[in-house]
Amino acid sequence: MSEPIILRYQVDGDDFVSCGHASEDVKRTLKNIGFPASVIRNVSIAMYEGEINMVIHANGGVAEVVIYEDRIVITLTDTGKGIADIEQAMQEGFSTATDAIRELGFGAGMGLPNMKKYSDNMKIESEVGKGTVVTLEFLLND
Amino acid sequence: MTVKEIADILGAEILCCGELADQTQVHSACGSDMMSDVLAFVKDQGVLLTGLVNPQVVRTAEMMDILCVVFVRGKKPDQMMINLATAKGIILLSTEERMYPACGKLYAAGLESGKTV
Repeated sequence: MSEPIILRYQVDGDDFVSCGHASEDVKRTLKNIGFPASVIRNVSIAMYEGEINMVIHANGGVAEVVIYEDRIVITLTDTGKGIADIEQAMQEGFSTATDAIRELGFGAGMGLPNMKKYSDNMKIESEVGKGTVVTLEFLLND
Repeated sequence: MTVKEIADILGAEILCCGELADQTQVHSACGSDMMSDVLAFVKDQGVLLTGLVNPQVVRTAEMMDILCVVFVRGKKPDQMMINLATAKGIILLSTEERMYPACGKLYAAGLESGKTV
């Protein structure tokens, strides 16, 4: 694999039912390429958390996944309400999710910390009222 | 323990992928209604017991490589969820047991809680 593989997904903000499609597709693609199971798992979980976040907080967005030989870079871009205090948002248990979201089993305030935990590098750029860009990098060490 | 044994212990109905139940071996399980917590704390548990019923339960199971989902308190997934699980080879069970006794019976039978991340 010399050229990077680029996958791009539109994540629909109104569609909680089909949320996770993009993560499923990424997982399947990485499996087919033959990435180690541990890497596939980390990418899948972080990507899925990101997808859920875009649906419940930002009315959807775009997910781009670039697969290189030695790393995977995921960029999640939304035009939602933005994050006022990123440090606070990164704290485990902090969530602005509504009760309706919690009834669906999400919004425990573990999404962003979990994405950080499963990725090797994570960057959040956000502007209130404009949107958020989350970049996740996964390295293949061996 | 096989998934078939889990179904027997819980008196559970097998809703899909029943043909895999005999051969699917699992060593640990987790119980949660909060998928956020499953994503944050589960490591290699093969079984998820939950009272939550929506398609994201199946998607969470897929991301976590969970092989079997047990719906407690008599909850039943709809056909769309069953189709989703069937496509991914995830066995779905439904038991009348509530969460605590369901977990307790499996734990007593030797199914451990396993590691957390």
